[in-house]
Amino acid sequence: MKDKNMGINIEFVEKIFENRRRIPEEFTEIALELRRDIIKSLTLAKSGHSGGPLGIADVMSVLFFGGYMRYKPKEPDWAGRDRFVLSAGHMAPVLYSSLARAGFFPIDELATLRKYGSRLQGHPGLEVNLPGIETASGSLGQGVSIAVGMAMSDKLIDKTDRKIFCISGDGEMQEGASWEAAMAAANFKLDNLCWIVDNNDCQIDGRVKDVMNIYPLDKKFESFNFDVINIDGHDFNQIISGLDQFTKAHKAGTGKPTCIIAKTFMGRGVSFMNNQFGWHGIPPNELQAEQALDELR
Amino acid sequence: MEKITLLGQKPTRHGFGHGLVELGEKYDNVVVLGGDITGSVMTSFFKDRFPDRFFSIGIAEQNATTIAAGMALSGKIAFFSSYSAFAAFRNSDQLRISVCYNEANVKIGGGHSGITVGPDGATHQSLEEVSLLRALPNMTLVVPCDYQEAKKATIALGEMDGPAYIRFGRSAVPMFTTENTPFEIGKAQILREGADVAIVAAGLLVWQALLAAEQLEKKHGISARVINNSSIKPIDVETLTKAAMDCGGIVTAEEHQVYGGLGAAVAEVVVKNYPVPMEFVGVKDTFGCSGEPDDLLVKFGLSWKEIYASALKIIERREKKFIGFRKLTDIAAYSEDM
Repeated sequence: MKDKNMGINIEFVEKIFENRRRIPEEFTEIALELRRDIIKSLTLAKSGHSGGPLGIADVMSVLFFGGYMRYKPKEPDWAGRDRFVLSAGHMAPVLYSSLARAGFFPIDELATLRKYGSRLQGHPGLEVNLPGIETASGSLGQGVSIAVGMAMSDKLIDKTDRKIFCISGDGEMQEGASWEAAMAAANFKLDNLCWIVDNNDCQIDGRVKDVMNIYPLDKKFESFNFDVINIDGHDFNQIISGLDQFTKAHKAGTGKPTCIIAKTFMGRGVSFMNNQFGWHGIPPNELQAEQALDELR
Repeated sequence: MEKITLLGQKPTRHGFGHGLVELGEKYDNVVVLGGDITGSVMTSFFKDRFPDRFFSIGIAEQNATTIAAGMALSGKIAFFSSYSAFAAFRNSDQLRISVCYNEANVKIGGGHSGITVGPDGATHQSLEEVSLLRALPNMTLVVPCDYQEAKKATIALGEMDGPAYIRFGRSAVPMFTTENTPFEIGKAQILREGADVAIVAAGLLVWQALLAAEQLEKKHGISARVINNSSIKPIDVETLTKAAMDCGGIVTAEEHQVYGGLGAAVAEVVVKNYPVPMEFVGVKDTFGCSGEPDDLLVKFGLSWKEIYASALKIIERREKKFIGFRKLTDIAAYSEDM
């Protein structure tokens, strides 16, 4: 089907993924589909962030479709669900794709990203009632703190075994509020909190270490009393192992929050975007989209 | 109308603290977050009564606000209280996105508000938060006039769904409403009837408005309607419009900057529905300074005298049928002439 506006072949294939443990080959297929969705929706949106969503797609595939998170797509408010907070709200396209592929809303809706009247806002919001969204995010440093509040509510007040997953950016660690959240997570012994840092070392102005050095990240989180796990965010075995460790720690009740530092490459999967910070906040044009979709087969 | 008498002096923050305990007794999903100054903003009452539902977040107002939002998104009625200087400004981004945009059931208790914090000085004298808070979509904002109203407002805010802020002070202020005085979010109360001029006040200036009305009556035979406008957002359009129609002029009085506060909120209603001359009693675009509360109220022109002078000014303007552009400094000069 030729899209008149775009002049390129954009079609969201109806394909729903199950939420259960899989083998790395299956995650490869899921991650490819998420990346294709990201390119397609951003191309149609004509604005938005390409690099971050592509870089974290492998982690999202395992998190959403590896059986680590409990959820019911047709009952998004199910009380027994685990919760996911995308603190780096600008990476919304990968969250929208994951939710659609999990069956929370129709896959075709991905074509409405960032458009007037859409439930797929530029950064996630609750006002539009998109199933699966737990909080607004986009002002960096707030989502992590929201996740801490949710984890406190579950563990300390309701005393449930729910888990809270949260993804922040690495540039986001320059926000002082992020460290306030880290301080509280350890203070309240939130072993039900899994904080994943998308460590692509890119932000709008350049390399994170050049704009404002935040390293060593692992030592900082360790000194904040986190269990820290360093992984290659594109190696499915390592992603699986990291999430397994968190699950084990949660079951054992270690009394320590987990931080998974996922070393990733911004724009991963598309050769001309890979590790290029210039792709932080722009969408591909039609020609670039065609080439990207070619590579993502 | 209830006869108004002075029943004693008590800080509004005690009303907040006692209201919280009552809410805690009634609802087991009420939680309170502390920011290190629990004994000052009286969340200590709740902490002592319900230690399992109280969480100390430390000196981290941004974090406390977002944690409150996270708890609210998990079904809790989450209160956080600190000084207004930090509970409205330090965390304003968090209030905007995590609380208001999320429509989270978070209630902020802004304590030690206004000039009457006294000796602590300008850094701690928050005089701008009404302007900031009422611009936030989904926010409810109440500025109670005395102990009883602060208590009733705290309970009412806990029982409504959505973001809310209650602004209260440090020093003991006159108590003149009772358990039977009605309080409803979105409703202003007429405390004294009158038809020559209306005085619309909030917080501790409500008592000063009553004193001014008494003097106007005694010295000039002017009958002033006194309205307690504690609910700044949502605002009582009906009562304010009726005051403009009946009285033909309005004086507003608040312990806050005249820019963007109660006066501005009332003016928005009046200008749209029934324009009449208005005068604004409040802090005139300056920071505060150290001093005893009573001295500061005089220095910054926040007493019955300025309200009284402004009411006379309204009547003078109306008689001359003159509604023109005037500077705030003119009002100050007029007050000094007295």
